[in-house]
Amino acid sequence: MENLVEAKALTKHFGTFEAVRGIDVEVRRGEAFGFLGPNGAGKSSTMRMISCVSGRTGGELKVLGMDPDVDGPKIRARLGVVPQLDNLDTELTVRQNLQVYGRYFGMSRQKCREKATELLEFAQLSDRADHEVEPLSGGMKRRLTIARSLVNDPELLLLDEPTTGLDPQARHLLWDRLFRLKQDGVTLIITTHYMDEAEQLCDRLVVMDGGRIAAEGSPAELIGRYSTREVLELRFQPGAPKPDLERFAERVEVLPDRLLLYTQDGEHTLGKVHEAGVQPVQSLVRRSSLEDVFLKLTGRTLVD
Amino acid sequence: MQTLKASWFGFEKHWTWYRRNWRATVVTSFLTPVLFLLALGIGFGSQVQSTALIGGVPYLQYIAPALVVVTALQGATFEATYAIMSAFLWQKTYVGMVATPITPAQVLYGQVLWIGAQLFARSAVFVVIAVLLGAAAGPGLLWSVPLGTLAGLAFACPLIAYSARLDKPDSFTTIFRFVLMPMMLFTGAYFPVSQLPDWLVPLVWLTPAWHGIELARGTAFGTLDLLPALGHIAFLTAMTAAGIALAVKTFHRRLAV
Repeated sequence: MENLVEAKALTKHFGTFEAVRGIDVEVRRGEAFGFLGPNGAGKSSTMRMISCVSGRTGGELKVLGMDPDVDGPKIRARLGVVPQLDNLDTELTVRQNLQVYGRYFGMSRQKCREKATELLEFAQLSDRADHEVEPLSGGMKRRLTIARSLVNDPELLLLDEPTTGLDPQARHLLWDRLFRLKQDGVTLIITTHYMDEAEQLCDRLVVMDGGRIAAEGSPAELIGRYSTREVLELRFQPGAPKPDLERFAERVEVLPDRLLLYTQDGEHTLGKVHEAGVQPVQSLVRRSSLEDVFLKLTGRTLVD
Repeated sequence: MQTLKASWFGFEKHWTWYRRNWRATVVTSFLTPVLFLLALGIGFGSQVQSTALIGGVPYLQYIAPALVVVTALQGATFEATYAIMSAFLWQKTYVGMVATPITPAQVLYGQVLWIGAQLFARSAVFVVIAVLLGAAAGPGLLWSVPLGTLAGLAFACPLIAYSARLDKPDSFTTIFRFVLMPMMLFTGAYFPVSQLPDWLVPLVWLTPAWHGIELARGTAFGTLDLLPALGHIAFLTAMTAAGIALAVKTFHRRLAV
């Protein structure tokens, strides 16, 4: 299968700070690939290198088969980029934002007009077409930013924290749009620190921490490899000593506010905990998630 | 060719904005010359006796070409400070542009192109109003339009390079107060620089304002010789070119990291 992105030992330094410390990544055509990690893991720096905006410090990088250092503009012509922070032209209308951006790719005015109308439909912003951008809600701005990134029919779409700061409803609407793009064969690269987003959207992902890749695989593979089927979460009175429950589970994680017991059968484990006379304030059995994978790999939670 | 096209698209963006918002800007570009010419040229000028030193012409006509330059410099200062900072930090429109085939240098060229066009249009409006108010000594005043634009760019370009390095706008007020204001007042627009103390004159020579005013006034009254004219143009062109070269560096450093 064809690789749209190939990175080998890729590094990025800012002065003495090493943001990316040698990562190997391959992104295949047609897949949705994720970079999962906490803030400061090096995800955005990696994205900026892949989007051919920021040069690499070391290692090899090929995007669409070309070297960004040599063919930056040529590669960027075939990419779509959704930045972490919206950079829409807030003094232009919704439609003008799309048309002006199309021109940056050298498209004819006629083509820009057609494309804008089509994308307004896609982003469900047709009724706002001739409004200024500034008063739009966060979710609408985000949708417009995504629509704008599609103006050149990109083969590869890069989304940096696409739903950060949005309410649940706006996030689901966005995810729906991204699914549709995936169906249409657009290759997606997504960075996120939301495990549910990664699980929903990504076929394959890497877990990043401290500028390195800690693990790679599909969400299900990663969970299978690094976690148990279920997790029993127990909450105790704040300040109360947490009992030692190692003998009831394959692994126990002690978080400030709760205990996580990794086990194949959460209900069964909960029964045994109760039998032993331990009385948590609250208990919850759930399936393992990427959050647990991350905790296992780094000893830290993703969102704190 | 590629660069020219890409820079043009940046210009087009501004034009799109202008087509929606020109009404707001038109008030300033018409009002400024009217107020300046009325207050300083006609009002204050009525009390000024013409001397040989100012060529024996009415004061209104004496200051008209210089005011075109001064207004251009004023406009250039605003265009090269807050507008630039906003495109980097507040609206981040530059950041969006470099995600396309457009390079940081082309983003800059588009911006300079737009500032130049605006300065040209403002200067043209100024000259038209000057003619209507009887401030034009002859057709030579038309030269003030391109010359005012050039002087404006000579100040704008280095200022863009400077603004592109900042993270907060605090120093802009300092520039307005301690660079722009004295440069507008003491470089020969309202009185000949020969009236200044000797030690100050070399400093005046370093300002784009003085070169622009010398050119605009000299061409308006036909008193300028070729050699000094070329010298002034060379100075302003060099300042523009150096400013652009510096700004290309700062734009690249800021947008491509």
